Amino acid sequence: MGKVVEIRWHGRGGQGAKTASLLLADAAFNTGKYIQGFPEYGPERMGAPITAYNRISDDKLSIHCNIYEPDYVVVVDDTLLTAVDVTSGLKESGALIINTTKTPEEIKPLLKGYKGKVCTVDARTISIETLGKYFPNTPMLGAVVKVSGVMGTKEFLDDMVGSFKHKFAKKPEVIEPNIKAIERAMQEVKGL
Amino acid sequence: MSCNKELKTVAPDVNWKDITKGGNIPWAGNAELFKTGDWRSMKPIWLEEKCKQCLLCYPVCPDTSILVNAEGKRVDFDFDHCKGCGVCVKVCPFKAIDFVEEK
Amino acid sequence: MAIRERLSGNEAMAVAMKQINPDVVAAFPITPSTEVPQYFSTFVANGQVDTEFVPVESEHSAMSACIGAQAAGGRAMTATSANGLALMWECLYIAACSRLPIVLACVNRTLSGPLNIHNDHSDSMGARDSGWIQIYSENCQEAYDNMLMANRIGEHPDVLLPVMVCQDGFITSHAIENLDLVEDDKVKAFVGEYNPEEYLLNRENPIAVGPLDHFTHCFEHKRQQAQAMMDAKKVVIEVSAEFEKLTGRSYGLFEEYNAEGAEACVVVLNSTAGTAKYVADQYKAQGKKVAVFKPRLYRPFPVDEIAEVLAKYKAIAIMDKAESFNAAGGPLFTDFTSALYAKGVFGPKVINYIYGLGGRDVKTDDIEVVFNKTLEIAATGKVDTVFNYLGVRE
Repeated sequence: MGKVVEIRWHGRGGQGAKTASLLLADAAFNTGKYIQGFPEYGPERMGAPITAYNRISDDKLSIHCNIYEPDYVVVVDDTLLTAVDVTSGLKESGALIINTTKTPEEIKPLLKGYKGKVCTVDARTISIETLGKYFPNTPMLGAVVKVSGVMGTKEFLDDMVGSFKHKFAKKPEVIEPNIKAIERAMQEVKGL
Repeated sequence: MSCNKELKTVAPDVNWKDITKGGNIPWAGNAELFKTGDWRSMKPIWLEEKCKQCLLCYPVCPDTSILVNAEGKRVDFDFDHCKGCGVCVKVCPFKAIDFVEEK
Repeated sequence: MAIRERLSGNEAMAVAMKQINPDVVAAFPITPSTEVPQYFSTFVANGQVDTEFVPVESEHSAMSACIGAQAAGGRAMTATSANGLALMWECLYIAACSRLPIVLACVNRTLSGPLNIHNDHSDSMGARDSGWIQIYSENCQEAYDNMLMANRIGEHPDVLLPVMVCQDGFITSHAIENLDLVEDDKVKAFVGEYNPEEYLLNRENPIAVGPLDHFTHCFEHKRQQAQAMMDAKKVVIEVSAEFEKLTGRSYGLFEEYNAEGAEACVVVLNSTAGTAKYVADQYKAQGKKVAVFKPRLYRPFPVDEIAEVLAKYKAIAIMDKAESFNAAGGPLFTDFTSALYAKGVFGPKVINYIYGLGGRDVKTDDIEVVFNKTLEIAATGKVDTVFNYLGVRE
């Protein structure tokens, strides 16, 4: 059995963490992988902490439980650090990827002794400068692919162009900024 | 709508293999074969000379026992099926239906 | 060529319904099955199906509308969960006794109360004796495949019974997974036309449906209905074999995984069976053999085949994602032990685990508890407690 990459997403209702996990699943699927993308449903309220998961594998996946020892954790909003134990079970061989203006060194003391890699990306600035609005999930997706290496950055970008063309068929003007947001996140993510 | 199919009843001694599926009655209208006329203790008598053919009696009969001919006029009761409930007697505005003890 | 796709379990069921293109879909939304009629209604709005979509005011009405539509001569489908299924209750029995092969997508959710939206099997288990055929699905692929086979099974002249296809709410219904779809034209050819012998809208041969059925005939009708349930087993096998020819995907009455050389066996339904298989693989790599037995056809309950296959094990743990509140084990436990006893199989020691109620996640650690206990019983022949709870805080 090949290696299964397990990713856990932490976000707040309305920020698109679930959508981002599904987009990542989509992209991995399009590169020939077996995927799972599933949210953990709780109170469906704007701003409530939510969790979503991805499994990405070269082989069929039969397991159907939540992910307790993820390879990667993605935190879409750094205010969650005080509310949620984001590094719970996170493998030290993996990484925490967080949307923040802080540096990895500033984040590490907030992480209950997590010794693995901490990667930061300022998804807010990237999003506002490229998309004109705050949609952190698009840049976070770029950062996850870059940090985790679950797929090649080139094939991922090619796939995203394809799926944005489909998704934004009626708003082609937003395709380029979305791709730009992903590329910038890949370049600007710190702590690799 | 009429149906030319022969009417049958579900036999009282039919076994589970031969009984109709799901309780369906494939011979729609077979209630005609079930004679309820002998349930009567009171009997309606149609007084043709008083009857104005208003047909108010026709829709209230629960047993379709007020027969109407091809000209749209009511004729005498179908006593094979009339149970003698007396609803027609009550609705008749012209006292054209008597109600007497069945003998 | 199959179509490689990634869909959620709900989307997969809705796509199957689109390909089947039934005459009527009548549904009322309830979490977590809401997406099934939601996706389907977009197919209707987009003109991708010819279906009459009936947005009713309750699940009682949804099933009533399906009964009317199917009795009229159409193919009717619906979807529901939990309390929605409960509100359909009396109509479920009427659909079955009237021999109307309606297909229902049941996205399993805990039946209130307490109020809970997450997955267990208390909803469909409550309907297990309603006269519906019940088929359970481990993942999105199986949910899709079972939907494609449901009409063929229910509409078979020897069966004529409604079919409930179950999958786990959220765990598979809201999880995106890989699956292979069958092409539209192949589905159309496989499912075929629905041509009932008797139906209400037949001008040439009008019928009455659902009349009063006295003690003179009611027992005969029930006996006949029971026979249809008995005959459904062979039809499930036939339709599954034909489906395998079409898709290469093999389905039986149940799936036995990792059976070779195993003395311990764990019986488990739906998505948890997938997790159990994953753990069974890990155990196998360590030289410990635990078989996973996943029922697929639960109603009718294939007594003969189950007893025959399970006779070889020394220890069997039956996992129930529903509490029967009978102080005597969950529904699967009762059925399985009854099957073994009825067929004279007294060898295996059998224990019961109630697990995952109200959506309590079933971790690999939980499965290991069951595997270890079953291995221990197989080795020692000693059972300490028959009735167990898994994953509840003591």
